[in-house]
Amino acid sequence: MQINVNEQNYSFEENATVGVVRDRIKADADLLIVNGFPASEETQLNNGDRVILIRRGEVPGADELDALLTARHTPGVHEVVKGSTVGIAGVGGLGSAIAIALARTGVGHLIIADFDIVEPSNLNRQQFFIDQIGLPKVYALRDTLARVNPNVRVTACHLRLTPNNITEVLGHAQLLVEAFDQAEQKVMLIETFASRFPDRPIVTGSGMAGYGPANTVQTQQVANNLYLCGDGSTAAAPGTGLMAPRVGVAAHHQANAVLRLLLGYNPANEGKL
Amino acid sequence: MNIIFNGKPRETQASINIQELLDQMQLDCMQVVVEHNKSIIPRQRLTETALNDGDTLEVIHFVGGG
Repeated sequence: MQINVNEQNYSFEENATVGVVRDRIKADADLLIVNGFPASEETQLNNGDRVILIRRGEVPGADELDALLTARHTPGVHEVVKGSTVGIAGVGGLGSAIAIALARTGVGHLIIADFDIVEPSNLNRQQFFIDQIGLPKVYALRDTLARVNPNVRVTACHLRLTPNNITEVLGHAQLLVEAFDQAEQKVMLIETFASRFPDRPIVTGSGMAGYGPANTVQTQQVANNLYLCGDGSTAAAPGTGLMAPRVGVAAHHQANAVLRLLLGYNPANEGKL
Repeated sequence: MNIIFNGKPRETQASINIQELLDQMQLDCMQVVVEHNKSIIPRQRLTETALNDGDTLEVIHFVGGG
């Protein structure tokens, strides 16, 4: 019978137990999972069962890790995203969540740029941790991304993006994510990148403050190569703060827009590009 | 003359540049991205870019937060 063990298929004799499989594939495993549930070594397996063998505390090698991490990817998707380079300008509430989503998706190379330092007030919505307070955000995020998916290459740039360095820092990105906080900075980045690289898509965010309905956050094509995620109007202001849920909704609109663009689909509708 | 502004027909005075139109509409060029005939125009070129009859203009307004 066929048993899938740690995301690869093997043949076993009928009535094999989990213990038999463990002894053959990974004898030192001390956590045995069958079809998603913990199992004992006496558990009888059936044809088509899925077994995960884990040794607690062990970090798998690069090849094994790649197979495990990519097991849930849709065929054809992983190879495309693995060969992609995405630039993320700003790694606050939007950018930190977008980077993590894209790393989990297996995007091969992320260029992240931000001048900022992790502050306690960031933790209400940004993907940083108490023990990262005081670190440059790009370095803290690089560490987190390595814990999520060490196969993603991360270029971390601790600097303020200006019209003078955008080409140098983000020139290798086939696609740009705008994830700044200030409206004027968003405009500066888009103008600069679009005029230097008019054929490369930009995914931007505008209008995600407060706790209005999540359903008003949308992905729209607002110009030839510019996709806007957000409600377009709710600015961060006193009384309308930025909060994790709605910022997260907008961030994942952006991450999904990136994925669709990489795969050749329009982010704003069902169509191909 | 007539242009298409954010997807809708709009009548403007003849001989006008993009900056003048933004000023008339009280739009702050620091907070908008302007796409003129499918090309994004940097703000320093808004004054030198004249509009012509039939042009397409998309003006995308940005708000803060991220």
